[in-house]
Amino acid sequence: MSEGVNVSILGTRVVRTEDPALLTVGGTYVDDLRLPELTWAARATFVRSPVAHASIGDIDVSAALAAPGIIAVLTARDMDDLPPPPPDDGGGGSEGAPVPMGGPWSEPLLAIDRVRYVGEPVAIVLTEDSYQGVDAAEQVIVDYRPLPVVLGPGAADAETLLFPRASSNVAVTAGVPADELAFDGCDVVVRQTVQNQRLAPVPMEGRAVAARWADGKLTVWVSTQNAQISRFILAGALGLDPAEIRVITPDVGGGFGAKVGLDRDAIVVAWAARRTGRAVRWAETRSENLVGMTHGRAQQQDITIGGTRDGRVLAYRVDIVQDTGAYPRMSGFLPGLTSLMAVGPYDIPHVQTAFRVVVTNTTPISAYRGAGRPEATAAIERAMDLFAAGIGMDPAEVRRRNLIPPDAFPHTTPGGAVYDSGDYVVALDKVLAAAGYPGLRDEQARRRRSGDPVQLGIGLASYVEITAADAAAGETARLVVHADGTATAYTGSSAHGQGHHTAWAMLVQAELGIPMDQVTVVHGDTDVIPEGVGTYASRSLQLGGVAVHKAAISVREQARQVAADLIEASEADMELDTSTGTWQVRGDPATSRTWADVASHAGPEGLVAAVQYAEGQPTFPFGAHLAVVEVDTETGKVRHVRHVTADDAGTVLNPLLAEGQRHGGIAQGVAQALVEEFVYDAEGNPLTSTLTDYAAITAAELPSFELVNSQTPTDVNPLGAKGIGEAGTIGAVPAVQNAVIDALSPLGVRHIDMPATPARVWAAISEARESR
Amino acid sequence: MIPATFTYQRAGSVDEALDLITEHGDEAKFLAGGHSLVPLMKLRLAVPEVLVDIGRLGELRYIRDDGSHIAVGALTSHHELAQSSLLAAELPLLAHAAGRVGDPQVRHRGTIGGSLAHADPAADLPAVLLALDAVLVTRGPSGSRSIPAGEFFRGLFESVLEPDELLTEIRIPRPPQAGWSFQKFTKRAIDWAIVGIAVQGGQVALVNMGQQPLRAGAVEQALAAGAPLAEAATHAAEGTSPPTDLNGDPAYRAHLARVLTARALTEAAARGAQGSAR
Amino acid sequence: MKLTVTVNGRPVSAEIDDRTLLVHFIREVAGLTATNVGCDTSSCGACTVLLGGQSVKSCTLLAAQADGCEVMTAEGLAGPDGELHPVQQAFRAEHGLQCGFCTPGMVMAAVSLLAENPSPTEEEIRAGLEGNLCRCTGYHNIVRAILAASNQTVSREQAG
Repeated sequence: MSEGVNVSILGTRVVRTEDPALLTVGGTYVDDLRLPELTWAARATFVRSPVAHASIGDIDVSAALAAPGIIAVLTARDMDDLPPPPPDDGGGGSEGAPVPMGGPWSEPLLAIDRVRYVGEPVAIVLTEDSYQGVDAAEQVIVDYRPLPVVLGPGAADAETLLFPRASSNVAVTAGVPADELAFDGCDVVVRQTVQNQRLAPVPMEGRAVAARWADGKLTVWVSTQNAQISRFILAGALGLDPAEIRVITPDVGGGFGAKVGLDRDAIVVAWAARRTGRAVRWAETRSENLVGMTHGRAQQQDITIGGTRDGRVLAYRVDIVQDTGAYPRMSGFLPGLTSLMAVGPYDIPHVQTAFRVVVTNTTPISAYRGAGRPEATAAIERAMDLFAAGIGMDPAEVRRRNLIPPDAFPHTTPGGAVYDSGDYVVALDKVLAAAGYPGLRDEQARRRRSGDPVQLGIGLASYVEITAADAAAGETARLVVHADGTATAYTGSSAHGQGHHTAWAMLVQAELGIPMDQVTVVHGDTDVIPEGVGTYASRSLQLGGVAVHKAAISVREQARQVAADLIEASEADMELDTSTGTWQVRGDPATSRTWADVASHAGPEGLVAAVQYAEGQPTFPFGAHLAVVEVDTETGKVRHVRHVTADDAGTVLNPLLAEGQRHGGIAQGVAQALVEEFVYDAEGNPLTSTLTDYAAITAAELPSFELVNSQTPTDVNPLGAKGIGEAGTIGAVPAVQNAVIDALSPLGVRHIDMPATPARVWAAISEARESR
Repeated sequence: MIPATFTYQRAGSVDEALDLITEHGDEAKFLAGGHSLVPLMKLRLAVPEVLVDIGRLGELRYIRDDGSHIAVGALTSHHELAQSSLLAAELPLLAHAAGRVGDPQVRHRGTIGGSLAHADPAADLPAVLLALDAVLVTRGPSGSRSIPAGEFFRGLFESVLEPDELLTEIRIPRPPQAGWSFQKFTKRAIDWAIVGIAVQGGQVALVNMGQQPLRAGAVEQALAAGAPLAEAATHAAEGTSPPTDLNGDPAYRAHLARVLTARALTEAAARGAQGSAR
Repeated sequence: MKLTVTVNGRPVSAEIDDRTLLVHFIREVAGLTATNVGCDTSSCGACTVLLGGQSVKSCTLLAAQADGCEVMTAEGLAGPDGELHPVQQAFRAEHGLQCGFCTPGMVMAAVSLLAENPSPTEEEIRAGLEGNLCRCTGYHNIVRAILAASNQTVSREQAG
């Protein structure tokens, strides 16, 4: 609590401190680094498998070794200086954790005797410049002996095993068998198989890494969401002590969950630097990124929902087949989260979930904005609309009748999640009011009556999601007020667009009165911040920000003592005026001292407080989205005309930043609903491996969004904050999908899988007409 | 991402361009705006050993009223076509379609000649020029040719242009009927047309309904015979062989062709009735 | 081949591989790294610069095609005393950037758009940005920034 009279900067719209540099000279991303250490860096180009499943015969590097500018061509055969793989523990024990499964499921760095997906790295070519690298890599000849390709949920029963030692393509199984009794007593039971399609994260900056081994230390610059975890991974993979590794995070051009830690390609680059004694740098092309960076989603969901004719949902079940791609990098973590959040914001007495994780000859799946929760919300929101259609009730009314009421918090779900705070009905009502729901239904009815070829669709989603799921891992902060009165906050968080430097500086200014422009925020260098967890799962404000806040309080209390000593007064009489950043004896302005005075009195190092904040808990942001679409029933084309949301993540620190996160999340959600899908053919060849085919959404497909304010604080942390980063994606997907189907329901269409492309919408319309 | 090695030559005149292309034969290609060729070279789907840059031949950049026809220099950019007040008045179909090609950056560099020479059946301008009965003027070592648009396109990315022949001018007769429409159906605004329809009066051409741009002959015949627009449009897919890809199968494309042709004919008729060019 | 490209008012001469893309000339030879490479199919627009005042995708031009020409990158927009260009100022005020990777290209596309259409509608702005991908912002604030830079009213859309 700050003393004195002032208006806190918290909760105000503050433009970002990051922007002047980004706008004038651009960010410094890995490929922009022009450091003396990297002046003579070799350029890395990967040789990647062009086939989905094959055993590897000979790799002929002789022609490549004669290419202009060649330094080295390295394959798995050269990796004799690495620690042996972890013991074969049967791959068990990690089934719930977001870590790669080992044992028979182990993923090599460079392919050893088999490739399992198009894009899998087989060799690394080092040349003096990057143009030569493309030429030289073409000269590497790999003898691929094709194996049958395994794709889709059917992988569970396929004869061909990706991992013969695992004796199955099913890597993880969990959940309860179906209990049909739960659906007895339901007037209406609706079933549907729903596809939550494979997506590519497409951060604008792909994967990039530079590495240099010198004087017994490996320095790695990497585009990552967590430097400390990256260091941990490198240490294990390369058989090094973490103290022998320094990981530095420059500016990062987007991550969305796909840059958590660092992956095998980056490890190979670091290894190559040590192996050759040359610094090495790599920045992937977009084509590489689309097949080489992890994909997201890829769940098939069998949903069953049942309830009474007056709109009460009694039972809900979802059976999930999670396609995890060629290597189970996240074991059961993603469908596990889907299962945990399956019931959404509803008070449904019987909820059952089960899932299987299957390996297929496709790009491995990992976290992508929402990581398991968009899948949960998409399923339950589809189910609610199907149930509403089944009983002939308005979908808003059905939701209202089943949402957990505001007096029921904290609320423990059948799946074991404990929702901290929420007002789900109010969020829905706010959105309906802001959208003018009755007027929209009137317009829809008018177009239906007149047989307008362009029909109006209104789609809803009520959602709750879990952020900081790994709150127990906590976050670190170290705050220094220097002898000159400026401050530096060292954070374990790792922003890649979220604006933490602005937000954490706001927290320091609010608590200490040191102006933001005198507060420097540092992240992502393991030499300077050895302990930290990073930015993903919408955890940073509620963990990293709280850590900074607590460090500021600690500094303040230390300063109180030091200021008292400086002024020769008693501590109890000392007062900090945060509007001027000055200490004084209460009521005696003549005793006023600046932060520079106090900090320098503490010593040449100033004042320091280090916090490891691990008292946080997962929090549950919630909200409602309403999407309005126009569907041209003659062509299938969908136009997204309005999107109204309430996304409640507790107390908002900086509305500008919070809105930006909502906007970005909404756009990625709309993209999943309408245009994006990563597609393979029957041979496992990617058909959407460039941005002309993978339909990343543009400004022309989106409206401006209408954001409604909703702040229901949590009491789980002193800032009252939950996480906003993924909420937009989670709410937007089903709102838009439901809207498209809503537009076509009079034609008999009851479900359309995402993305609702024109061809798919047209097929649904045709099929519905034919079956009448 | 990086083209294979090649030698770059810049031509200072049309004559020099022809000399350079003749000198290097099969291994050389013209470079105009580069927005069809350079992307192919970056993916190494095209690997010319020599590029003859004609991009600065100002003599090939013009839009002129030549009396019975409008003459457009082959190096005129899509942006220039879209902004031309002459085209807005005389050939609004061409101006409008040029303004829909790609995105603004592409339109600043891509040229009408480059688009025609590339002969992509999914591109917008080839079908538009087919609908307009354009004549394509070329120059080669053995002289000049005037090729009707209907005889210019041979197949997928294939035209009748010889490797050493340069497209210099596109001559478009003044349309006998004023009504026009351009229907470009896409998933995202930036995408190639899933199907496109270009209409000028009673002349109808199709984008992405075959290996080359096609005239919708059966529609035109029906119109000429006095059929109502809706009836004429039902023939839109006759004689076509639409492709299958991620955006649709032949049946869907045929359906789109019929629907979009009906809309195009209606819009063209409304414009024609107004007598206004826009 | 030898060439000279004037980048942000400064002539840059070099002997380069004929196949050098303009974006790599800008980044490696002229040493200006704000302009980024985001794709390999001319789809994303992160590499957008002005060539002779018009927006172009510098990954789809050979440096050779810019020989003797004037190129402006994001680094060339600010005034001589570091004063932000109105478009840059508007992007900051409206929070039109997050990770910043698409931003230089997006800003140059916006500058070109406004040069050709000084008072665009929202629809014209969105269409004009078809060739520029952003993954972080959802485009909402980018559109607001361009409207603001065109001195048109940016309305408050929040209902709650």
